[in-house]
Amino acid sequence: MDPSLAGILLVDGLTHGVIYVQLAIACVLIFSVTRIAFIALGEFVTFGALSLAALHDGRVPGTLWLMLALAFASVLLDAAGALRRHEPLVRVTVAAVRGLSLPILIAVVVYWGSTRGWPLWANSLLALAIVTALGPYTYRLAFERLADASLLTLMIVSVGVHFVMTGLGLVFFGAEGSRNPSYWEGATIAGSLRIANQALLTAIVSILLVVALWLAFRFSLRGKALRATAIDRFGARLVGISPARAGRLTFAVAALLAALAGLLAAPGTTLFYDSGLVIGLKGFVAAVAGGLLSYPAAAAAALGLGLIESFGSFYASAYKEAVVFTAILPVLLWLSIRHRRAGGEA
Amino acid sequence: MTRSLPIDRIPVVVAVLLLALLPMLPVNEYWITQLNFIGIATLVVLGLVLLTGVAGLTSFGQAAFVGIGAYSTGYLCVVQQLSPWLGLLLGLAVTVVFAGALGLLTLNLSGHFLPLGTIAWGVSLYFVFGNTQALGKYDGLVGLPPISIGAFALDTGRSFYYFLWGIVLLSALALSRLLNSRTGRALRALKDGTAMPEAMGINTFRTKLIAFLLAALVASIAGWFLAHYQRTVDPSVSSLRASIDYLFMAVIGGVSSIGGALAGAAATQILDDRLQVWLPKLTGSEGHYEVIVFGILLVLLLQSANRGLFGLLAGWATQRPRRVTPDALPRSDRPTSQGPLLRVRGLTKQFTGLTAVDGIDFDVHAGEIVGLIGPNGAGKSTTFNLIAGALPPTSGTVTLNGRPVTGWSARAIAHEGLARSFQHVRMVPEMTVLENVALGAHCHGCAGVLAAVLGLDKREEQALLNDAAAHLVRVGLAAHMHEPAGNLSLGSQRLLEIARALSTDPALLLLDEPAAGLRHAEKLALAEVLRALSAQGIAILLVEHDMDLVMNVTNRIVVMEFGRLLLSGTPREVQASPAVRAAYLGTEV
Repeated sequence: MDPSLAGILLVDGLTHGVIYVQLAIACVLIFSVTRIAFIALGEFVTFGALSLAALHDGRVPGTLWLMLALAFASVLLDAAGALRRHEPLVRVTVAAVRGLSLPILIAVVVYWGSTRGWPLWANSLLALAIVTALGPYTYRLAFERLADASLLTLMIVSVGVHFVMTGLGLVFFGAEGSRNPSYWEGATIAGSLRIANQALLTAIVSILLVVALWLAFRFSLRGKALRATAIDRFGARLVGISPARAGRLTFAVAALLAALAGLLAAPGTTLFYDSGLVIGLKGFVAAVAGGLLSYPAAAAAALGLGLIESFGSFYASAYKEAVVFTAILPVLLWLSIRHRRAGGEA
Repeated sequence: MTRSLPIDRIPVVVAVLLLALLPMLPVNEYWITQLNFIGIATLVVLGLVLLTGVAGLTSFGQAAFVGIGAYSTGYLCVVQQLSPWLGLLLGLAVTVVFAGALGLLTLNLSGHFLPLGTIAWGVSLYFVFGNTQALGKYDGLVGLPPISIGAFALDTGRSFYYFLWGIVLLSALALSRLLNSRTGRALRALKDGTAMPEAMGINTFRTKLIAFLLAALVASIAGWFLAHYQRTVDPSVSSLRASIDYLFMAVIGGVSSIGGALAGAAATQILDDRLQVWLPKLTGSEGHYEVIVFGILLVLLLQSANRGLFGLLAGWATQRPRRVTPDALPRSDRPTSQGPLLRVRGLTKQFTGLTAVDGIDFDVHAGEIVGLIGPNGAGKSTTFNLIAGALPPTSGTVTLNGRPVTGWSARAIAHEGLARSFQHVRMVPEMTVLENVALGAHCHGCAGVLAAVLGLDKREEQALLNDAAAHLVRVGLAAHMHEPAGNLSLGSQRLLEIARALSTDPALLLLDEPAAGLRHAEKLALAEVLRALSAQGIAILLVEHDMDLVMNVTNRIVVMEFGRLLLSGTPREVQASPAVRAAYLGTEV
């Protein structure tokens, strides 16, 4: 293989890789805080990209209505629970109004702004807002009651959520795929390499995001609360950290990461309503390589996965996906051997 | 064997009769088709019942095994023009290879790696099927021959129906026999972690692998049926969607019951079919809306946490209590070496920043009862776990019967003749008291899956259960033999643990707070049991807080404080020691 081709494949692989990094981090985050192996993560990716496509065409994306419906359902359930605990009506009402204010605000802005031909970046923010809000409501409705359920139950539920979201994706966006316009046209020449500016942007945004997350986990109170919950749920609860709130926050962050990954990926690949599963699973494969615990290991594995994919598609393009998913087997072998050496029961 | 039909078998007999008579009635061909698809799905779901409902593992890749079964026979019949029966064999062989490899990779990791591994692998296989020229790419293979038995081709819905359902019912019978066997008990003990079964000498990894392989094999057989019924194979048989459909059927059916597998498969198949007709009418457009309904149903069903819609109908509750006659117990003569049975030297365990056990030395001789006491946090339970192999020591040696067993696994140490109870009772609440105790006797049997399925294990089973019953008589639980263990009071549960430990036929018995939760009379009875055991030559190491009991039954006492050995002596010496009093009550100022 000549070096320029290798260079192209390398850049291509890393561009995909940084997107998988975001997904792998989201997977590890969700699993460590809530113990959910959230198979449906990829749906947030497609929802983000396809919502933007709809907004760009001057349509209101169906995800907005979904977000509103889930918001009302969540707030209603919360209010019903509070009333059952005999909390005063005034407080319940205030909480409900407060809970609905943000989703309604988002809805109003989107509805009003969608026909105005706003620039791409403004529409992107709207799409991000919608999908990020979907995250906590998904947690509230599907998982919160099951916080103490077995890993297995949580995993099966997440598959149920995946099916609902894919089905709704078809309703909202139809069977045709879409490819969004690039955020940054043109390319940068570095030596013999030609790197698309969009790819550069993707890498920069991903790195900034990872740094921001690291800072938030390290220094902010909420970030610390999430870390505490991940280390010891029961202990965190004893010091007053609500696992429900930790779960909702986690899902918001994860949905944001996934939606952003979708926005960054969509100029490069055509996304369909059902593309989410395969994309999300790639994040998962990388996360599993980190034992579903380690962020740096997951991120490194995600970059590696991007490279495997790009070189794999060069050598055996028809089996590209098969190669990527088979990559989990050596990873499992390695984990298994390491586990046997540690000699313990997990 | 049984003359009159037991009442709990009536639904089974009625169901079988209905299934047998149905095709003879003038039913629409549509229903025969539906029933054939239901039968195929039931096979896969039976595997999931074993894997998920019984063993507590799950796979999102069952459709991949269906795909292997279907494509193997498709390839041999269409491309190589060979017989479907060879296709079946090839499918089973390929399945064993892949399922074995996946199982070896994932089954000793914690529970969620198997489903994640199977998802990724299943998706990968889907793309392989869809991109391989020899397998017809995404169009698949067409023109498969029907299955023929001798010269008789099963090319009508009704003839296929009889063959398929015959196999389904045989599989259900086999599964039911398996669950009520020695291997079945080990499988059912897997759900709540591996510590207890391993301490009973059960190889949990092997047991999990058996469950995974069996589930994969029935899925592969289902794929063979599917291929020859549809007469075509395409990649959709092995899609993730299909895998989840099977799991959904299992969940709807209550996951753990054989009857539920059939009910869940039937309900899902019919609902799926109807929804595909109704929903487009309702919404006025085409689309896979049934997926949304299924997803929501799945979430709601798991949230309401019941045993599935049909969980109450059937189950392995259909088993009847076996008649047991508590035998006189044959005692194995373990070759005893000279010197102490258990010798502990310099035993140390450091957790990060904390030395829980610090250079402990003591011996236990055959027939001796040794008490291990000390204030809370002294390191008694850690010492206990180090000896039993539940934790690896940082340094020091443990010698059992003259053999160095330091750092051995709990299972290997159990085989050496050490049996233990747990501080927090560990048992299988849904199994009967007798079955729980029989878990301890696991190592004394050798009947495997095949013997259980063919019913060749009857004599050995009877011996194991008689043995277990005798131990129950010994600890005074004979009256509760056939109750679910979960119904017992805490005190009785502790006695159950002792009986279970005894049925491993141990030389050394480690009891972790056996008297906690016992009433006074029960404690007296326990003391009697312990004395009788020691009279038979069994050595006992006892961690206990009840000083009356400890002072009454032990020959010697080892006192620990802050991980160190404080004192070792007779009960009288220990009681007289000011150091011990200070450790428990603090010193006077």
